[in-house]
Amino acid sequence: MADTDIGTGTDSATPFTARPRSFRIGDAVRWDTVVGALLLVLLVCSFSFVDNFGNALNLSFLIGNTLPIALIALPMTLLVVSGEIDLSVGSTAGLSGAVMGALWNAGYPIETIIPICLLLGVVCGLVNGLLVTRLGLPSLAVTIGTLAAYRGIAQIVLGANSVTDFPQQYLDFGSGRIAGTFIPYAAIPWAVLLLVAAVVLHATPVGRSLFAVGASEEAARFSGVRVKRLKLSMFVATGFISSLTGVFWVLHYASARYDNATGLELSVVAAVLLGGIDFDGGKGTLGGAVAGVFLLGALQNVMSLVNVSAQSQIVVTGVLLVISVLGPRVARQLSVAHARRRTLTASAPVPVATPAGHT
Amino acid sequence: MTTTAEPVRVAVPPSGGLLDRVLKMRELAILAVLVLMLAATQIDNSAFLSQQGIKDLLLNATILVLVAVGEAMVVITRNVDLSVGSVLGITAFAAGDFLQGGGNPLLAVVLAVALGAAFGALNGLLVSIGQVPALVVTLGTLYIIRGVDSIWVGSREITASVLPSGFVDFGHNGLSALPYLAVLAAVVLVAVAYFLRNYRSGREFYALGSSPEAAGLAGVPVRKRILAAYIACGALAGLAGALYLARFGNVDSGTGSGYELTVVSAVVVGGVAFTGGSGSVYGVALGALLLTSINSVLPSIGVSSVWVQAIDGILLLLAIAVDRVLALRVTGVLRKRAAETRSARHG
Repeated sequence: MADTDIGTGTDSATPFTARPRSFRIGDAVRWDTVVGALLLVLLVCSFSFVDNFGNALNLSFLIGNTLPIALIALPMTLLVVSGEIDLSVGSTAGLSGAVMGALWNAGYPIETIIPICLLLGVVCGLVNGLLVTRLGLPSLAVTIGTLAAYRGIAQIVLGANSVTDFPQQYLDFGSGRIAGTFIPYAAIPWAVLLLVAAVVLHATPVGRSLFAVGASEEAARFSGVRVKRLKLSMFVATGFISSLTGVFWVLHYASARYDNATGLELSVVAAVLLGGIDFDGGKGTLGGAVAGVFLLGALQNVMSLVNVSAQSQIVVTGVLLVISVLGPRVARQLSVAHARRRTLTASAPVPVATPAGHT
Repeated sequence: MTTTAEPVRVAVPPSGGLLDRVLKMRELAILAVLVLMLAATQIDNSAFLSQQGIKDLLLNATILVLVAVGEAMVVITRNVDLSVGSVLGITAFAAGDFLQGGGNPLLAVVLAVALGAAFGALNGLLVSIGQVPALVVTLGTLYIIRGVDSIWVGSREITASVLPSGFVDFGHNGLSALPYLAVLAAVVLVAVAYFLRNYRSGREFYALGSSPEAAGLAGVPVRKRILAAYIACGALAGLAGALYLARFGNVDSGTGSGYELTVVSAVVVGGVAFTGGSGSVYGVALGALLLTSINSVLPSIGVSSVWVQAIDGILLLLAIAVDRVLALRVTGVLRKRAAETRSARHG
């Protein structure tokens, strides 16, 4: 019986059996704190041992290149906590970049273009959210569909052109840094958004509802959470931030092309999962996600500096991703097995615990 | 199964028939769309369905059909394998490298299949023993396999000129309009379909996808079946890799990247739901044929190829939306019918 329980690999069953037992171990070493500590260790080691890591130019590169992932990771964390996922973020960013380029070519002022692009992101998120919440479709399938659709529309809008001649002060904002420091200008809006997301997720009823929905959608609905509306608003937020990222991408790299930010969704998902956000929903912290984002970003930067090839970097990303999901689960299974053995040897088995373990 | 069927015997024949009809309708619907599309294109451009045209359509679909059939087996068990594109790339290069060194073509294909199966086993072990979400694990192995492939291949590439001519001919020729590759894919398709439909272990794939807990309690060896599904998927991706080499003759480190999304699209358009336990591989093959045909149809009726991707995506959305609406209708009808028979018996 225990074997089949493990073999099914299903999502709802195990967390509930494991939670009470692994509580003590889980409290001492949580996955997100581990990732945070790893990030610190990596930064300290890089500052002391890697040449050129600590200079301002490299640090601003690191942050600038990681910012698109860091931006989208914020709403993505909230979305994954509520048990959904959005794979169309890269395409949404690409689409808003493409529209930005096309409108600029058509002679519109950039002050009207940017709001239009952001509105477009809201619409993209709305389409995803409505398909998921109103039709009850799995978000994975829906957003794979819109991943192709949005990218396709971007291709229709801009074709193979690339637009580069945006106004200089905007380009400066996208790629410049605050005078005398290594911090890019664009990091300031990101920090504000991080603060907003952290407060929403960890200090408001909305955030508690997100965790509740992710842990058990039905229970959340019965306790009065408006699940559909909540999820819809998360998809809209993800679409909005994705288009913001698309605009930033265009300004940062000074190029609007239809294939901007291709594959960004995988980096975002990898970073968020590495940060300990459980893919089944209902678990994780924003701090963990941010640590995951910058751990991956810093690792890639360091590996480039010490001449590790781009290909090996891909392998490292993959291995980290697998470990990040495998590690906590193996630890939990070990602690469950340990606790079970202890209760068996200590006294008569607790009658309540046994059926709970198999439902 | 038999014990539960006893009391509701009155309800079973109509509901079974209805469900059957709907499931058949799903495949018929794709077929209808496909035929309609091809007919319209033929009317517009009479050279479209020439012997060479048909051959090209089938050749284009072959590789996608093979990978999608493997993916369907995994999705039926309520899992997913995103690493198929990377596996296809690395096996294609492995086969090419082997042939370049003067290896036997048949052995090269076997090598590709075995390598694919090994990667499938890795995925399957991580998912079934490690008990981690399939999406995350196979996203990880997507990266890992692609990275290993890139390190190994470097900037090298295999070109058709270094391959044995018999191997390349096999990838291009056929019996008039029927390419050898398509015949091979059809054989695999029929074999997998027969296995899933008629074998006990094949049915268990569906049971597992419908409800993993129930299947486990009913004595289905859950881990073993999931592992088997992943190995089959990997092996078919490997076979597809070898055939890719034969068909295109050109393999580098980027081969097959991004292919997983096309494969998943074909599976979902073909009527295999992400929630597992439903659909057939025939539907998937039709879905793959539909997707690849669109790519040939659009240029030949003068639509720019930039539209292809958007249409693919919208088609996928349409397919899952229609499926969902249909499923809701069917459950509504079934519920009403069950209520009627219950009240009739009580009355």
